[in-house]
Amino acid sequence: MGKTLYDKIWDAHVVAVEPGGETILYIDLHLIHEVTTPQAFAGLRAAHRPVRRPDLTLAVADHNTPTEGQALGVDAVADLEARLQLQTLGRNVKEYGIEFFPMGDIRNGIVHVVGPEQGRTQPGMTIVCGDSHTSTHGAFGALAHGIGTSEVEHVLATQTLRQRKAKNMRVMFVGEPIPGVGAKDFALALIGEIGTGGGTGSVIEYAGPAIEALSMEGRMTLCNLSIEGGAKAGLIAPDDKTYAYIVGKPGAPKGGAWDLAVTEWRGLKSDADAHFDREITIDVSKLAPTLTWGTSPEDTMAVDGLVPDPESFSTDDKRAGAQRALDYMGLKAGQPITDAKVQRVFIGSCTNSRIEDLRQAALIARKALDKGLKVATGVRAMIVPGSGLVKHQAEEEGLDQVFLQAGFEWREPGCSMCLGMNPDRLEPEERCASTSNRNFEGRQGRAGRTHLMSPAMAAAAAFAGHIADVREYL
Amino acid sequence: MEKFDQLTGPAAPLDMANIDTDQIIPKQFLKTIDREGLGKGLFYDFRFDMEGKEKPDFVLNLPAYKGARMIVAGDNFGCGSSREHAPWALMDFGIRCVISTSFADIFYNNCFSNGLLPVVLKADEVHELMGEAKGGNHVFAVDLQAQTVVSPSGKTFGFDIDPGRKEKMLKGLDAIGETLEHASAIDRFEDKRRMTRTWATA
Ligand code: SF4
Repeated sequence: MGKTLYDKIWDAHVVAVEPGGETILYIDLHLIHEVTTPQAFAGLRAAHRPVRRPDLTLAVADHNTPTEGQALGVDAVADLEARLQLQTLGRNVKEYGIEFFPMGDIRNGIVHVVGPEQGRTQPGMTIVCGDSHTSTHGAFGALAHGIGTSEVEHVLATQTLRQRKAKNMRVMFVGEPIPGVGAKDFALALIGEIGTGGGTGSVIEYAGPAIEALSMEGRMTLCNLSIEGGAKAGLIAPDDKTYAYIVGKPGAPKGGAWDLAVTEWRGLKSDADAHFDREITIDVSKLAPTLTWGTSPEDTMAVDGLVPDPESFSTDDKRAGAQRALDYMGLKAGQPITDAKVQRVFIGSCTNSRIEDLRQAALIARKALDKGLKVATGVRAMIVPGSGLVKHQAEEEGLDQVFLQAGFEWREPGCSMCLGMNPDRLEPEERCASTSNRNFEGRQGRAGRTHLMSPAMAAAAAFAGHIADVREYL
Repeated sequence: MEKFDQLTGPAAPLDMANIDTDQIIPKQFLKTIDREGLGKGLFYDFRFDMEGKEKPDFVLNLPAYKGARMIVAGDNFGCGSSREHAPWALMDFGIRCVISTSFADIFYNNCFSNGLLPVVLKADEVHELMGEAKGGNHVFAVDLQAQTVVSPSGKTFGFDIDPGRKEKMLKGLDAIGETLEHASAIDRFEDKRRMTRTWATA
């Protein structure tokens, strides 16, 4: 029987199999950041263990960096604990000889934006990081997933990870989306269908014509959200778009080596007779712009729909959960979601902070400006590029000027209000149109209310002052 | 890692699905560079109000559940971020075992790195245990060697667990030390890797 793409990458990385069935898997790239590594380095030091392959490790500072004043450096970070954590990373990478893009370096940014942007993320690799959205890198046909801090320490010490093979699942995306619908809507629709536990124990391969048609940025958005469907990782077989994205990047193979690499990468796809434990098909031509109404990424709805009635859920637990979510979100069953006023808009995060995401938001902003609109009164709208290089590219294209003219804030790169570890966060009961990936209670600030949506939808909400249908702004 | 073999103690019912790691330990506690002391932030937004005062009706604040050693929780416990601060906070608070129908993958793995036992049971079994945990006597007994949970009413529930993981947890083994026993296999893999990936820069 044939092998899936996941099977192929797995098989190529098996170092040893333990009698109990645990596999020691080799790791090709280990990305690290300030929040989930201090205890790992402390553990190494205590055991007098070296870092086995500093050259396969890359560090960034992203989770708690402020989004202004980065040029002043770590010593200027106001939050003392955040500063200590950033300084600790600086010390650790120096001591162990790990490449590091510190805050203020143009190459720095959100770890899942930086890896691909530097050409360090490549097809067929195994990639891990102490961050659940490591699934992003699956867009390149790499087996990539998040790990905990003990596992970070394990990878630092051994360049391997103890793993058990996951199940194979495939989601086919077919059809052509209507204008205003893209990768974020695909992902939300999928999570809405399978639920946040739907992918648990599985690696999901995304395939089909609608995936082939997606840009690399779109594919990263989709793979990024795999974890919100509970999946261990998301995967997309590499193709010419993948190679076109990587070629010429600092970490990419050069000259004759490039051709050898591409020849090998072309074999990275599931065989026609490969077995998937579960298969799902989603027709994207049927999707409306999609967003979340509740406090779980599976609480999705079409933007032209009505907020669901808890009574319509199938079990007592679900009814209670939906009621709790509505209360938390300050919404009423049956109301049009477009009635919900927003106070904040956040365009950023490893889900949607790449150049194409910013272009999509800027497109809406340009059209709104042409109509004489500005960001609505009472709305604070923030754009946080995913990296210094994305920020620079956007500025080259004049996107920053469009945003500034329209009344958005143009910030410096980092995770920012995706998790609100830095000063960017929601006040209690503030409602936010957000391009991030989690709408959990308190995620963007205690008692803050998050609606997940695409960059274009978030931009539309900024101008409308309430949740808005992007199709009216196209 | 701390050993786990048997545990007897009060179990607190947390009757909600999809309890995520942001709820288990909110972001403001992630700025630490230590593993210890995170118990103070466990379920912070559930335990404390905006002024930082204890919410009297949250289960872990009820006098009957002070000193809880286990939690019985709804489906998909530990979803969300990969933060190992979640098991660290649970352990620091005194919780050594969580019983649910399912756990998110990364959280599940993180438990085994720390000697926190995640027990997976069927929906009707968890439902029954939830009921008992809500009752007057809510002292459960968990035996990893035997792979059983004994409820206050004396009913025994068997659970499955990966034999390799069970072994490590029973002995409190260090996974890195175990893997380093395979150092020569890692060396050989790297030699082969260098030869087959001639195009690679690293
Ligand atoms: S942007 Fe958000 S989800 Fe992505 S790495 Fe940063 S905190 Fe995690």
